[in-house]
Amino acid sequence: METNTDDCILSVDHISLAFGGVKALTDICFNIREKEVFAIIGPNGAGKTSMLNVINGFYHPQEGEITYKGVHRKQMKSHDAAVQGIARTFQNVALFKGMSTLDNIMTGRNIRMKRNLLWQAVYLGPARKEELENREVVEDIIDFLEIQAIRRTPVGRLPYGLQKRVELGRALAMEPDLLLLDEPMAGMNIEEKQDMCRFVLDVNDQYGTTIALIEHDMGVVMDISDKVVVLDYGKKLAEGTPDEVRGNQAVIDAYLGVAH
Amino acid sequence: MIYREAGQFKTSYKSDQALLPIAQDRFFIISLLAAAYILVPMVANDYWLNSIFLQFFIFSLAAIGLNILTGYAGQLSLGTGGFMACGAFSAYKLATSFPDMHIIVVLFLAGLITALVGMLFGIPSLRIKGFYLAVSTLAAQFFLLWLFNRVPWFTNYSSSGVISPPPIKLIGDYYITGTQATNLTQYFFTLTLVVVMALGARNIIRGHTGRSWMAMRDMDIAAEIIGISPLKAKLSAFAVSSFYCGIAGALWAFLYTGTVEPLAFEINQSFKILFMIIIGGLGSILGSFLGAAFIVVLPIFLNSAPALLGLEISGALVTHIEFMVFGVLIVFFLIVEPHGLARLWGIAKEKLRLWPFPH
Repeated sequence: METNTDDCILSVDHISLAFGGVKALTDICFNIREKEVFAIIGPNGAGKTSMLNVINGFYHPQEGEITYKGVHRKQMKSHDAAVQGIARTFQNVALFKGMSTLDNIMTGRNIRMKRNLLWQAVYLGPARKEELENREVVEDIIDFLEIQAIRRTPVGRLPYGLQKRVELGRALAMEPDLLLLDEPMAGMNIEEKQDMCRFVLDVNDQYGTTIALIEHDMGVVMDISDKVVVLDYGKKLAEGTPDEVRGNQAVIDAYLGVAH
Repeated sequence: MIYREAGQFKTSYKSDQALLPIAQDRFFIISLLAAAYILVPMVANDYWLNSIFLQFFIFSLAAIGLNILTGYAGQLSLGTGGFMACGAFSAYKLATSFPDMHIIVVLFLAGLITALVGMLFGIPSLRIKGFYLAVSTLAAQFFLLWLFNRVPWFTNYSSSGVISPPPIKLIGDYYITGTQATNLTQYFFTLTLVVVMALGARNIIRGHTGRSWMAMRDMDIAAEIIGISPLKAKLSAFAVSSFYCGIAGALWAFLYTGTVEPLAFEINQSFKILFMIIIGGLGSILGSFLGAAFIVVLPIFLNSAPALLGLEISGALVTHIEFMVFGVLIVFFLIVEPHGLARLWGIAKEKLRLWPFPH
């Protein structure tokens, strides 16, 4: 494994996480390099989502250290991680159901909006200026994701595929440096998967966003990722390019099972 | 046919973000305001001005306050009465300690003090949710009333525990409180205050603070992960909500009743305001007004309806019927539209847009 850490945006160093007696993650190490598409795969219950939760500060690992943009950190709150440029989407869509698509994505801009309550109550002047500037950024994202028609629709009424897309939009609105996607293509049909792959690659390409994703569809993972790490029972089985991982005997055993 | 926005194009985000982007809505609101400012003062008598409109305005303000907290930020509260009392008593202390202070300053400062108290009682919301939080806001309700009842300093050592705000001038010779104040002055003052504060609330809600409240309400974990600090979002909701409730309480004591004891703000008052926002519509400023109108005006209407119809019914019976009809109507509305009168209004508008076609 290469130890070149100069262009690493995030390194995970000997992370262990346990819930009581259940060991969710054991001694996990990997590096995510800038501008790469990094995939975390593994069978169900392997600890993939726990890993993402550790990265964005939702879980606090008992051991190990995370280095993000050259800064070590032990404990961090999720909203601080957001301010530092880590965005994520969820396995089960976690949108704000009572709000419109536009408002959902606008909420992603909240970390960049600073006007105080008094200005907001008056609305005219600086608060409106700020609102309009951010609206423009959001409209760009709406164009990018091709969801213009559902701008005013409450997200609770949208079909699942579109909800996933809106959720990606909300994460993009934060202009993150590191985007964590938890099963962005789960439960989608082939066309929707293709669309989503295109968006993920375009985000990576156009905005230079580093992407870490969890995905069960091996075709998708092998196609779009630059590097893959395989987890099983909270331990790291393998790491490398898609081709390396595909040929790894331990990985094949984990997925297909071995005769004992 | 009448209510249709066809042909009203928006060419900038500014016009798209406008408060009332549809011309018919603007016309409706302007006519409503014109009626409130010109028509009502011309035709209404003192009873209507003081007992109905003033009460309606004050309840609307309190309902907006609670709606911010419960409807928008999703934090269930039963402490509205306590916060209103806090506003009333801090306004009283301010007005008696600084007799030259202008009424607007008094109200504003009373609102700020209540906002601080509200934030204090909002701290448990960082740990507990839902019904458990409602129970902890009950503590605010009981503690604050107990405090104003027991500590004579708050009532300026009045032996009866009742406060009577001093007469205060609004401008020139126009009194806003006390016996010299006319109902008309009070009507215009409260109307203007309610319009300005409702507009302020609407603006905050469509801004980023409002979005952070709604995000916290709809999915608190996701809100935190996209960078919304729960501490800031929840406590700001408590602060703004209590600010509105505090001013409503101060108006209640200073303008509406003119003399008040802590009992006027007991738990029944909190429930009344909670019913207003449930019936009017959670998460809607319009709903706060509709709910307040429903709870304030309907009983008065039901009470006078038999007389208007020429029926001879004894007063006691009328009161009983009033309670029954009122209860039935609440149940009826909640079954027909659990999202309140504001949603009914929205559905009606949607239907009007398409009329005469069904889709």
